[in-house]
Amino acid sequence: MDNPFESGTSFLHGLDPRIRIMCAVFLSFAAALSHYPQVAGAYLILGMGLVRLGRISWQNLKPRVKPLLWFLVMIWIFLPLTFSQEIIANIGGLNLSMAGIRLSIMITLKSLAIVLMFTALIATMPMASLGKAMHQLHVPDKLVFLLLMTYRYVFVIQEEYLRLLRAARFRGFSPGTNLHSYRTYAYLAGMLFVRASMRARRVHQAMLCRGFDRRFYTLDVYSPNRWNLLFFIAMLGAGFGITLIDMLWMYS
Amino acid sequence: MHISEGVLSAPVLVTGAAVTAGFTWLGLKRIDYDQMVHVAILASAFFVASLIHVNIGPSSVHLILNGVVGLLLGMAAFPAILTALVLQALLFQYGGLTALGVNAIIMALPAVMVHYLFGAMVGKSAAMTFTAGFLSGLVSVLLSCILLGASLWATDAQFLKTSLAIITAHVPVMIVEGIVTGFCISFLVRVYPEILFKGNRR
Repeated sequence: MDNPFESGTSFLHGLDPRIRIMCAVFLSFAAALSHYPQVAGAYLILGMGLVRLGRISWQNLKPRVKPLLWFLVMIWIFLPLTFSQEIIANIGGLNLSMAGIRLSIMITLKSLAIVLMFTALIATMPMASLGKAMHQLHVPDKLVFLLLMTYRYVFVIQEEYLRLLRAARFRGFSPGTNLHSYRTYAYLAGMLFVRASMRARRVHQAMLCRGFDRRFYTLDVYSPNRWNLLFFIAMLGAGFGITLIDMLWMYS
Repeated sequence: MHISEGVLSAPVLVTGAAVTAGFTWLGLKRIDYDQMVHVAILASAFFVASLIHVNIGPSSVHLILNGVVGLLLGMAAFPAILTALVLQALLFQYGGLTALGVNAIIMALPAVMVHYLFGAMVGKSAAMTFTAGFLSGLVSVLLSCILLGASLWATDAQFLKTSLAIITAHVPVMIVEGIVTGFCISFLVRVYPEILFKGNRR
């Protein structure tokens, strides 16, 4: 469950997290709102370029794109056969729809582009930096706190879960499709919530004892350099440029 | 259960983002800093619970348990579930930025709704508690499916068949989720009732 991208020495890793977040939001929405496969394809190429720039290895990327690929396979099976416009062929009683195929192409290009851009720009920063940048970008303090705190405890709670599961297995629990299994899992999840809540109380008290003032501090320092601004302008330019082409195309 | 990137149309994405911002703001207002840690760690538990796979015949599904989170946290469940979704995106690349708003509504709005629908039944009697839990689990998954289907349908009316197929396919999940949530809530009421009645301004 680790994030293998957060540490690195690439050009992207050195950029100011704020710049990266703003670029990711802007480019993702621009890609999501495009109308033509060629335009979505341009965003996919941009996404692949960013992945390259972040020196993200295919090895690490593969397990993360896999669920998306399965989803896309499903889309390709489902959409061309269930849409009823522009039927181009009839295969054994099933209608093949051109509109469905076109939509499948768009979804494939857009979703890959957005996930790659998100991975390259956002997943390449440590959580603490993300929190700090969100704070600087005026995301509500409570939300930032919630995100950092949840992230901190996900791993602890996961260990707790594995411990409970191990204990259940030692007692001869073998899951199946029956009420007993469901009840066991329900109690296991319930115990997880109980332990989480008790831990929360202890953690809160410990934090107060150490003078917690509702703020987290990060030790990551991003030195200001002109690449930040250049990158920002380049990405903004690319996004606006591609969107403009999309618009002109649509209204021509 | 979530919608991938690149599927939904612009109006749906923008509406989703705006509604999520509104509910998040409402939810955050309900949490004061003393409860923050509690909400955050329950959000982690929710995240981890979604890694639990239970068998249904030859296949398996993962638990969702947004019904449990809804009953425990009420309105505060909205930002908690949103946070868990952000972490899923960061750690597993499930979804990205643009569909986040819509996905938060799909998962979190039903959680908040079951709190107000069935929350009052919890703790009345053993049978009532189990029923409330069962209904919360069942209805929250049902509502999630309906919201998911509705956002697909709003994108393109041609998605109607797909939406109906998704809802039908999730019927077994609804039942399992109902059973597990029922047992889970009964367990919590017996073992650690404070968790249910703390920070819930009913």
